[in-house]
Amino acid sequence: MQALVSELLPSLRATLVLAVVTCGAYPLLVTGVAQKVFKDKAGGSLIIDKDGAVRGSALLSQNFAAENFFHPRPSAAGGGHDAAGSGGSNLGPTSQKLHDALKERVAAYRRLNGLTNDAEVPADAVTASGSGLDPHISVSNALLQAARVARARGLGLERVKALISTHTTDPGLGLLGEPAVNVLALNLGLDTLAPASRP
Amino acid sequence: MHATDWLQFALYLGILTLITKPMGLYLMQVLDTNGRTWLDPVVKPVEKLTYRLLGVDPQREHGWKQYTFAMLAFSLVGVVFTYAILRLQHLLPWNPQTLPGLSHHLAFNTAVSFTTNTNWQSYGGEAAMSYFSQMVGLTFHNFVSAAVGIGIAAALVRGIARSSAKTLGNFWADLVRATYYLLLPICVVFALFLVSQGMIQNFDPYTQVKTLEGAEQVIAQGPMASQVAIKMLGTNGGGFMNTNAAHPFENPTPLSNFIQMLSIFSIGSGLTYYLGRMVKNQAHGWAVWAAMVALFLGSVLVCAHYEAVGNPIHQQLGIAAADGNLEGKEVRFGIFNSSLFATITTAASCGAVNSMHDSFTPLGGLVPLFMMELGEVVIGGVGAGLYGMLVFVVLAVFIAGLMVGRTPEYLGKKIQAKEVKLAMLTLLVLTLSILGFTAWACVSGWGVAGLNNSGPHGFSEMLYAYSSATGNNGSAFAGLTANTPWYNTTLGLAMLIGRFLMIVPIMALAGSLAGKQTVPPSAGTFPVNGATFTVLLIGTVLLIGALNFLPALALGPIVEHFLMGQGRLF
Repeated sequence: MQALVSELLPSLRATLVLAVVTCGAYPLLVTGVAQKVFKDKAGGSLIIDKDGAVRGSALLSQNFAAENFFHPRPSAAGGGHDAAGSGGSNLGPTSQKLHDALKERVAAYRRLNGLTNDAEVPADAVTASGSGLDPHISVSNALLQAARVARARGLGLERVKALISTHTTDPGLGLLGEPAVNVLALNLGLDTLAPASRP
Repeated sequence: MHATDWLQFALYLGILTLITKPMGLYLMQVLDTNGRTWLDPVVKPVEKLTYRLLGVDPQREHGWKQYTFAMLAFSLVGVVFTYAILRLQHLLPWNPQTLPGLSHHLAFNTAVSFTTNTNWQSYGGEAAMSYFSQMVGLTFHNFVSAAVGIGIAAALVRGIARSSAKTLGNFWADLVRATYYLLLPICVVFALFLVSQGMIQNFDPYTQVKTLEGAEQVIAQGPMASQVAIKMLGTNGGGFMNTNAAHPFENPTPLSNFIQMLSIFSIGSGLTYYLGRMVKNQAHGWAVWAAMVALFLGSVLVCAHYEAVGNPIHQQLGIAAADGNLEGKEVRFGIFNSSLFATITTAASCGAVNSMHDSFTPLGGLVPLFMMELGEVVIGGVGAGLYGMLVFVVLAVFIAGLMVGRTPEYLGKKIQAKEVKLAMLTLLVLTLSILGFTAWACVSGWGVAGLNNSGPHGFSEMLYAYSSATGNNGSAFAGLTANTPWYNTTLGLAMLIGRFLMIVPIMALAGSLAGKQTVPPSAGTFPVNGATFTVLLIGTVLLIGALNFLPALALGPIVEHFLMGQGRLF
């Protein structure tokens, strides 16, 4: 016990000194350099429109329900795409709740995109992502939505497909991760191509 | 697995192999009080000043007891430090969202969690923690708990390497040098790299957004990159955000994902080289490393296989079978990088996640669970992986000795009753904590009330929680609602048991080995290098893990796998 007590004073001092270095000097140095060199990224890759309003982050999903937009993956973050409360469904493989939700989403996806009742649905279109903020969908998911979006916007299907391909990110270094389509970037592209008449 | 998956896996293992030796050589300098590094011109003056402020003499070495007492005293102060910050969060600066102080049980759980290098999180970062709490209360432990782990591993290795010695090194020197020369410099570069990939690093209030469809969205911000760098490198794993490395800010690109995965294993892998160098038997270091990597390889393949096969119940609904099990996973990582990350984070005692393990297929989820139950010795956490594996080495040598009928020796040290008892003690305590707490939760109202899933998967959620806490991992089957007084307290106790009832016997083991005289190897000495030893070590780890945990695993993931095949839902 004596030995333990005699180490308390150095422990207290070590806590204070190391806190100043690792929780003061270090994060402030990183913040300083990051704000200088990567200001946009360090601030959350925000998308700001010509009126100066923030419309989202290039890295985060937001909700799209209208027919004339591409739809992101289902989200379990808060009420959906809550960027201040990320979350997955955390439902397991034998969950009745997950099964029922998937069944409903598969039917809705087929209906919305004019698919037959036995058409295969891409998994990412109906499953909730890990973060609830997954900005991407798979290429096959985007292509299945293309006809609906083209019709709603009065655009040729080929133009929409071309837009998908310009917004498809390749795997890092041509090899890491999976090809993916950023939904927000794609929808922004759509708006530039053919501004939607919104209600 | 696709061809690109194999390529990524090969690339990962290739780079890990390449950095092992340079990391080990650098550790030789860092963990020597008089070691020399290229950072000396800048860091040496700060190091000297630190010793002066602490009032310690780095040249005065500690025996195993004093080293342990210093470690315990420092950890105790650390728990109190963070507990106070979390309780008083609302009075402290850098709290733009005016978040309230934490409840006493959540503050206890979190303070213990970060002090023990567990980083179990009963809270969601963006909803509960101010920037000050994240940056000071939590990041502090990300550094020092990692440095303490490295120090303990170094002390044990010194105990093995030295002959008839009384001392194992100086705790304060190990702590300060590992922090200043190893963790901090790498983190500065690593954090800036992460920002270059899109990770946030600011003190802004949360951003108000008007979405394209005209809805409101609030985007959480904060000084993330500086914390995430050490969270990965120090195998802490506590996410800045609730969903950890699945959050696009916290892991923006496949490249950031790859480097984060590499950083988890980098120090642990280098420590095996450090072991070989210190005991002057490099082949032994590589033999231990090979056993770790072989176990890792097999685990990744099992996990990735079952995640790629996916869930037959969901596929019957019309979901493309070729896509695998994507529930809880991110498109940019896909099946393979999610499975690989899940295996790495539990093989090491990291616990960061880039996908939700709760939604894995039963056998895909069994892999991370089993990795933790093996004691996180597959590369393992910084320091903790090596000292955990050396316990198995002692047992392997003991078993080999029994088989050939000789007194077991390990690198010239006789392994006697005392050493074997200490080694067994650590393993029994861990097993008892995992199974005992899980059993308690199973039969208690408070335990079952926290479940997000029912049936065998609900049992798996509890088993996972106590395996993670005891193993100081910190990942979760995150459906479990753990922020209750009972869960927070029992998980907190499991973390304390897993950390300190492991370290104290290991330090006693180190002290006992240091005191022994090294005898030269004879014809009857069982060699601790080469393929035979590696296979024996793998067998020991698997045998003990299987004997301890197969019954529990059978009640959870294994039975769920067969029920899933029959289409049963809960």
